[in-house]
Amino acid sequence: MTKITLGKAINAGLRASMEKDPKVLVMGEDIGKLGGVFRVTEGLQKDFGEDRVIDTPLAESGIIGTAVGLALRGYRPVCEIQFDGFVFPAYDQIINQVAKMHYRSMGKIRMPVVIRIPYGGGIGAVEHHSESPETLFAHVPGLKVISCGDPVDAYWMIQQAIESDDPVVFFEPKRRYHEKAELDESVPPALPLHKAKVVREGTDATLLCYGPMVKTCLQAAEAAVEDGRNLEVVDLRTIAPFDLATIFASVRKTRRAVVVHEAPYSFGPGSEIAARVTEECFYHLEAPVLRVTGYDTPYPPSRMEDDYLPDLDRVLDGVDRVMGY
Amino acid sequence: MSESVPGPAPEVFAPHQAPVSPPQASEEVEFVQLLTPEGERVEHPDYSFDLDDEAIKGFYRDMVLVRRIDAEATALQRQGELGLWASLLGQEAAQIGSGRALNKKDMVFPTYREHGVAFCQGVNPLNLLGLFRGVDQGAWDPKDNNFHLYTIVIGAQTLHATGYAMGQQRDHAVGDPDNGEATIAYFGDGASSQGDVNEAFIWASVFNAPVVFFCQNNQWAISEPIDRQTRIPLYQRAAGFGFPGVRVDGNDVLATYAVTQQALKRAREGSGPTLIEAYTYRMGAHTTSDDPTKYRLNEDLEHWKLKDPIERVHAYLTRLVGLDQDFFDEVDAEADKVAAELRAGCLALPDPVLTDFFQNVYVDETPQLAEQREQFAAYAASFEGEG
Repeated sequence: MTKITLGKAINAGLRASMEKDPKVLVMGEDIGKLGGVFRVTEGLQKDFGEDRVIDTPLAESGIIGTAVGLALRGYRPVCEIQFDGFVFPAYDQIINQVAKMHYRSMGKIRMPVVIRIPYGGGIGAVEHHSESPETLFAHVPGLKVISCGDPVDAYWMIQQAIESDDPVVFFEPKRRYHEKAELDESVPPALPLHKAKVVREGTDATLLCYGPMVKTCLQAAEAAVEDGRNLEVVDLRTIAPFDLATIFASVRKTRRAVVVHEAPYSFGPGSEIAARVTEECFYHLEAPVLRVTGYDTPYPPSRMEDDYLPDLDRVLDGVDRVMGY
Repeated sequence: MSESVPGPAPEVFAPHQAPVSPPQASEEVEFVQLLTPEGERVEHPDYSFDLDDEAIKGFYRDMVLVRRIDAEATALQRQGELGLWASLLGQEAAQIGSGRALNKKDMVFPTYREHGVAFCQGVNPLNLLGLFRGVDQGAWDPKDNNFHLYTIVIGAQTLHATGYAMGQQRDHAVGDPDNGEATIAYFGDGASSQGDVNEAFIWASVFNAPVVFFCQNNQWAISEPIDRQTRIPLYQRAAGFGFPGVRVDGNDVLATYAVTQQALKRAREGSGPTLIEAYTYRMGAHTTSDDPTKYRLNEDLEHWKLKDPIERVHAYLTRLVGLDQDFFDEVDAEADKVAAELRAGCLALPDPVLTDFFQNVYVDETPQLAEQREQFAAYAASFEGEG
């Protein structure tokens, strides 16, 4: 067993999928010789050739649009969008074509396309490089949206996403690319793709999070022990669809929930969770579902991002508030 | 001191004036033509029509049938049986000529107006009506006839075609002009302004994809004339992307066939993409919701009527082949029969079942959607038995 970073785990997952299925292609900007700007695809072109690891022209709609055609031909394209803020030229192809093809063809056409998007802030980047647009995809019928919070999930979830016959938008927490964990590739994945997991058991309140916020919430939960609070942390893993059964079970147990994400507050994933928990766990709740999130502003200049992003203190502040009812 | 002699007037920089006047996109510059509007065969140095008169009779039949199907669909819309119809009137030669040049293994990516190409590929015309009647969204299986679903978003399908052609390359289905595979992408003059079309050109060019871009320049994007999309003839754009472009008389079924056949061969043998601009005219409205009298002149229509794609083949078959009226009567009778079948089929299209709209959103349905479907079914059932 070796320690592996989250970025290298995705690389290993892609490699495993490509070895297993010759129809799996990887395509995107700078993913070949360079191995991607985050080196997630490093070495793949050397081993699988330029026909399967395709350096594309610099046009995101072209990447997704040609992936649709390749999928129609029987391939399983894995598209890399270089940064979160660059996905929007491809929005029409994703929303109108990828997401709806199975529906409009009455199930005759499948779109096994994976769209990988390194996302989120905290890396001191210039504008358009730190965004969290997951709601804009989770709101679209036909798409599945997931995010991994640790290297082991990264390794398995990318492979499960590639095996999915539904299109999957895979949000990679770019600031966690260098986080390490033990990975034993011979141990099968503990969960299917669209299940959440309790990463810390607790009794007093539930922190619901995904992607880069999993680590933040785990740290907050450890710090809260000093205040005598025992927090449960749920790594949601899947945003569309949410694993509501796991969410409801945890909230019914702790009776309090705080949703944590980098995406803006209004209409965010937390809004949907708050609505569903209110509907289904109303009589279990001791407090309203609260949200600790980014703000309803464009992502700010990086010198201010530490104040914009939820951190340990803001999560604990949310916990204080939810315990105050 | 002598008076200074005034020099020549300084050149006035006039940024509003283009330095050289380029050929206008709407000008009828030279195109490939093998059959004149009067029905005479003419030679072209680069293209020839190599089929016999039987084939031309077949093209005539195709065009008449497709025009009749189109007219019937328009009538069905006028009678409230279709929500909308996008007529191909005037574009029969462009579609039949290119459609008949396809091999069985070639793949077609249409817009929403390619009823003639669908016909060539053997798609039941009734299947085209579902989308416009609102009973489905065009739910034929593209694999059955190598004819992808209609694409409403302008230009999006050109990228799908290019990706599909890249798949053909990866499947080693390219490299033989006769047995190889090619893909053809249909789009219009309006679509040529879309980013997706230009991206498709770039992709096809740098990957040398076996795709033919078939642009039916029918002069109008709803109300906007071709001059609002381009200052140069559209086929000339191909040069900037690094592959050949050719303008063909889109109302000449022989020339369209010959030009498309050559481009498809080029694609199949692995020589890469071609842009074909089929120069034609949208004789009808954009769709049945449109009113072209608000933006174009009747005299333009009269001018183009003289170039009708069917009339010129009729003239050729009558005057030069010497066919008698029986042939034309037979074709007309067949067209009437096809139209009657289409009408009956349209009226008999079953309405979708109420909960159908929940189906096929996903291959693996989400629990959330299953719950909504069940709630809706229960809600709908609660009205059962009520008058």
